[in-house]
Amino acid sequence: MAQRINKPELHIVELVNQAVEKHGVTRDAVVPILNEINRALGYIPASALSEIRRHIPTPQEGVFLADSHLYSAASFYSLFSLKPIGRHVIRFCESAPCHVMGGREVIQVLQDELGLKPGETSGDMKWSLLMTSCIGICGVGPVFVVDEDVYGNVTPERVPEILARYH
Amino acid sequence: MKVIRSMVLVSVDQASLEHGAEQVFHAFLEEIEEFGLSDQVAVSTIRDVSIHEDVPLVIVYPDAAVYAPVKVEDVHTIVEEHLFKGNIVPSLLAMMHELVPEIAWMRGRRGALPVQKRIVLERAGIVDPGSIEDYILYDGFQALGKALTRMKPAEVIAEVEKSGLQGRGGAGFPTGRKWSFVASTPGSPKYVICNADESEPGTFKDRLIIEGDPFSVIEAMTITGYAIGAHQGYIYIRGEYPLAYQRIEHAIEQAEAHGLLGNRIFGTDFNFHIHPHAGAGAYICGEETALIESLEGKRGMPRARPPYPTTFGLFGKPTVVNNVETLANVPAILRNGAVWYRDVGSPKSTGTKVYTILGNVNFTGLIEVPMGITLREVIDIYGKGMKNDKRLKLVQTGGSSGTIAPASLQDTPMDFDSFRNAGVSLGSGALLVCDEDTCVVDLAKVILRFFRNECCGKCTPCRIGTLRLYEIMNQISKGEGSLSDLAEVKKISEAMSEVSNCGLGQTASTALRDILKYFREEVEAHIIDRVCPVGACPIAIRKPEYLSVA
Repeated sequence: MAQRINKPELHIVELVNQAVEKHGVTRDAVVPILNEINRALGYIPASALSEIRRHIPTPQEGVFLADSHLYSAASFYSLFSLKPIGRHVIRFCESAPCHVMGGREVIQVLQDELGLKPGETSGDMKWSLLMTSCIGICGVGPVFVVDEDVYGNVTPERVPEILARYH
Repeated sequence: MKVIRSMVLVSVDQASLEHGAEQVFHAFLEEIEEFGLSDQVAVSTIRDVSIHEDVPLVIVYPDAAVYAPVKVEDVHTIVEEHLFKGNIVPSLLAMMHELVPEIAWMRGRRGALPVQKRIVLERAGIVDPGSIEDYILYDGFQALGKALTRMKPAEVIAEVEKSGLQGRGGAGFPTGRKWSFVASTPGSPKYVICNADESEPGTFKDRLIIEGDPFSVIEAMTITGYAIGAHQGYIYIRGEYPLAYQRIEHAIEQAEAHGLLGNRIFGTDFNFHIHPHAGAGAYICGEETALIESLEGKRGMPRARPPYPTTFGLFGKPTVVNNVETLANVPAILRNGAVWYRDVGSPKSTGTKVYTILGNVNFTGLIEVPMGITLREVIDIYGKGMKNDKRLKLVQTGGSSGTIAPASLQDTPMDFDSFRNAGVSLGSGALLVCDEDTCVVDLAKVILRFFRNECCGKCTPCRIGTLRLYEIMNQISKGEGSLSDLAEVKKISEAMSEVSNCGLGQTASTALRDILKYFREEVEAHIIDRVCPVGACPIAIRKPEYLSVA
């Protein structure tokens, strides 16, 4: 995974500039721009929304784009976070195929090992445990993703060893 | 240009890496160099090998010989005997499970892998997905060239219509007819959208098509653009598929550099540009109007229809939205003709279908076979039978929005018509095989939790219905349900399927409806006897007498 930037407030203007340069300022660029910010910081701070809107001052197809439009889009998608999340993000697939193939036992061990419930972030900001819908790797279920590393055919026994790979 | 005559694939999934796959990979590179075959044999890696006990796995194409488990010491023999002399090494081949005797192997490509009929995935796993030369070597861009130089747009549409190709995204709408709607609708510009927001649980065919053969999607979109008179195309790839996005981005660059995409394609006056677009995590964006809203930078909430995208699509313009698998059929149809395509599959459902096989079978993965194969064949031939010799209880077909087929329907041919008559949907092609240890209440709960999470919240029946159905199933699984709950389930399900705005709400209760149709006794056991016969639910684990099986 790309190294996250530590002090977001210093970089937002620069980040938005880069993203706008890459994707343009048409309406279809909104989600890709948000994607870039989310990837770089791990979340989308409110100040980034204002900064993006500043680049799109003219009406688009007769509609003004307000901060609230951007907030509305950013808050809709599950890969975006509007608040800071852990350095390492676990996304556990809770859809039917992984469930049938033994996912229920794995998520239990994962919760016990981390001391987190689904949706929570650890106090030291090391881990976030998120549940996700199917991520399309069902051939090797149960599956979870840590940052951008995919783990398939996971058994409860393998969980501690996988978690130990992250610092 | 190198002329690759053989391709060696080394499995590099987690288990293979732990068993020395990396050393095997490097040994192949060295031995191939040693034998002076570097210009003729390509070595690559594959991640998806489904579940194999013997890893690493090495597949040699075009023979499709599977060697496993391969040790570094074996590499010399494989290179010398198979790649240099051309003889498969039987002693190193993977052990294949015995086939069920009454099922004959389909005719087609010979080799150690069970035979499939591949049109859409013809090149996947054989060509280097990063190389346009490879694609061209395997008939790539022939169809586009033929269309642009020898066919009028209307002739392209007529050929696709004649082929009988139906949309593979789930609804099965005739592709040619959709194209002709857009072609004949006034308004400009027009758009082509490739729907690669594949989010139906248990479905990953589109990901493998794009990852394995990205150029076919590019070629097909360009043909579509020519046929309907569009010059801009978007491919909407779900955010969870970063590799697919990179491969498409790379494929677009290469196609543009070779004059096969962009301005004056094939030296003609036709211009076409493709923009890759990454989603950000939302099941509902697979619905075409939600996808369009999302492309326009908004929340991915479905529009009211009509007007349909064919008249009022992206930015309000006439738009064709086609699924990846649908598009991937198009080049082969133009290359070989509609008559050839109609010969594959069943008369009313032509061509092949890509299925993903999941759940409690020995081998999970993806296959492409002619329309009309049965569930029993899929499970026995390709799934290599039920895991741990358990009994088949049910198959959920078409993902979470799909139907539940009990074991009694496993001999029904899988094509659009036969399945529709049996009340089963083909949907996205996901086949979730569940054995006797699966509790239908638990399964329904998981499916409804999915819809509760993924409902976009725009229309009331779906927003409240998905939540309420999940709550009821949760109560029942805890042993706190009552029989009147089942009447409420029926009422809510019917309302949802009748008045929800889009397919999500209309199909969210499909699985539950089927479960109550085929497995009502088991659900009632949770309510009346307060037991889960299978023992999966958080209530007493006791098998009542009337459900115990000898």
